Amino acid sequence: MDAFSQLLNGFAVALTPINLLWCLVGTTLGTAIGVLPGLGPALTIALLLPITFKVEPTAAFILFAGIYYGAMYGGSTTSILLNTPGESATIVTALEGNKMARNGRAGAALATAAIGSFVAGTIGTLGITFLAPVVVDWALKFGPADYFSLMVLAFVTVSAVLGSSAVRGLAALFFGIWLGLIGVDLQTGQARFTFGLPELLDGINVIVVAVGLFAVGETLYVGSRYRLGKDEIIPLSGSLWMTAAEWKRSWKPWLRGTAIGFPIGAMPAGGAEIPTFLSYYIEKKLTSKPQEFGKGAIEGVAGPEAANNASAAGVLVPMLTLGLPTSATAAIMLSAFQSYGINPGPLLLQSQPQLVWGLIASLFIGNVMLLVLNLPLIAVWVKLLQIPAPILYAGILVFATIGTYGITQSPVDLILLYLVGGIGYLMRRYDFPAAPVIIGMILGPLAEQNFRQAMTISAGDWTVFFTRPLSATILALAALALFGPKLYQLAMRPKPDHVPGDA
Amino acid sequence: MAGGGTPQHRFARLRPALGETIIGAGVLVLAIVMVWQTLSIPVSPIYAQVGPTIVPIITACALGMLGVLLLVDALQGGWQSEDEKEITPDRVALLWIVAGLVLNVLLITSAGFTIASVILFVCVARGFGSKAIIRDALIGAVFALVAYIGFAKTLGINIGSGLVENAIERVIGSEGG
Repeated sequence: MDAFSQLLNGFAVALTPINLLWCLVGTTLGTAIGVLPGLGPALTIALLLPITFKVEPTAAFILFAGIYYGAMYGGSTTSILLNTPGESATIVTALEGNKMARNGRAGAALATAAIGSFVAGTIGTLGITFLAPVVVDWALKFGPADYFSLMVLAFVTVSAVLGSSAVRGLAALFFGIWLGLIGVDLQTGQARFTFGLPELLDGINVIVVAVGLFAVGETLYVGSRYRLGKDEIIPLSGSLWMTAAEWKRSWKPWLRGTAIGFPIGAMPAGGAEIPTFLSYYIEKKLTSKPQEFGKGAIEGVAGPEAANNASAAGVLVPMLTLGLPTSATAAIMLSAFQSYGINPGPLLLQSQPQLVWGLIASLFIGNVMLLVLNLPLIAVWVKLLQIPAPILYAGILVFATIGTYGITQSPVDLILLYLVGGIGYLMRRYDFPAAPVIIGMILGPLAEQNFRQAMTISAGDWTVFFTRPLSATILALAALALFGPKLYQLAMRPKPDHVPGDA
Repeated sequence: MAGGGTPQHRFARLRPALGETIIGAGVLVLAIVMVWQTLSIPVSPIYAQVGPTIVPIITACALGMLGVLLLVDALQGGWQSEDEKEITPDRVALLWIVAGLVLNVLLITSAGFTIASVILFVCVARGFGSKAIIRDALIGAVFALVAYIGFAKTLGINIGSGLVENAIERVIGSEGG
């Protein structure tokens, strides 16, 4: 009941006209960048980080959360109509959604995606409301050693478990941790990895890295293969109203997708890919029309879209209660908290109830806004897809440049931006994930801080991480996550000649 | 050539992929540079146990190990999927985009943000195959001005000034005043 009354207070905060306006701006902008290929929520929030110097925290986070949720809605539109998933989490949506669009049922696909996102987003936000206080009670018992171990677990899952290769994921992660180490060590005042450049003493700005990887790197990558293929936009067709049969086939996948997505998102592992794939396979197993899968089955859109949005809501639980970001977007939001001097963690709910509950309430409101923005107004967003690529990507780079150059007006930052962009291009081309770089960069310094605190408390005794039961359990989980799949593979090794079929 | 079957067989399996080898080596070199840089950080004896160098050393060692693993992978043929390997990147497009970026860095302090942005915009659009230079320049100018006003006015960021910016300031200033 306590969470409920807190939530009502949150609505009082979120329903003020100015905060409603921030929410509307956020959800609109979020949908737009979700629809546009080449732009994502992490990049957009990074470019908007300077707003933290201008507006109060509640307004900024309502804006960011609107962008975060909105991008999930917008991303599905692109997957369905264009078959180029904007984000990895919407790959699965493209599988069936694009087929539905080709069969002239684009309207129904968009509708089940939007309504499923709404159902999942609302239930997921309810989940945050009731789960967050529980996690906080539990997290208050954490010491620095436990926090460090928890961060190790998050590092392992976001880099080694979620991607296509543990080695490449971890390489990206440690590269990010290194970027985070650059600058003056706050505890001792020693400069680290500054190579004698005074510009690096304050560290590398996360805006430079995020924009470099996601805007410059992505533009170089798309540009390097743009001539090779043309995207085909499938015109909007079919009624936006789902038929009774389509409703009947959609509501169970929505709920199942939510039930899969939220818990996985809320675990310190995060990631929206696993729940969407999981939801897809479950729907494929449970459907009464298996012959439609691969040819445009509505369940294959409804379930994964719900899973995607529910896990996006779930990610906010470790983010708000433990200060543990498990996606690139959440990591950038964490740096927004840092910019305000606020430390997300178990004390956040007590020290900033206005902010946290106002934010959660705005998520409910944002979901309603997004449903309206994405169904009746869908035609507007489809127009955005028609922006020619040369204009779109040139515009992205101009925005990226101004957003970065504006921080310090130093050409050094621009040079860094373009260098990171070059690295981002190579990472994209050689299949290194980008999110671990951002997470390592933001979470690395916090992990180091907890590590050194724990070591100081234990007077330099390394075993402290293994003798505290909680810390030891978490580290064991991390080791299992890192080596488990490999061991399982070795144990179940298939015959060498076996080629997986396309079943 | 008294090689026999076995070495030849082993040689056949050793087919290094150039790009991946360079990346693996690059990661390894970065790790070595990190160790070298970390060793140059002076550590006060007060912090001897948990000083500023522990995490950098762990990070460097981890990256070094991963670099070796990447190199091994690269020497055995690399990890790129077959269809990815078949695609040769469009060098002309990349050159146009990189040229835009370099010109932008060179010009932004002297010529001002708007002019540098228009040049960047035109170059990138050209890289993506657009040949309508004048149209692109006009769109780029509108874009740059919208971005300038958006960032400078809304977010309160000082983007520095050049000819065009000063002119805008005068217009906005006279309207506001």
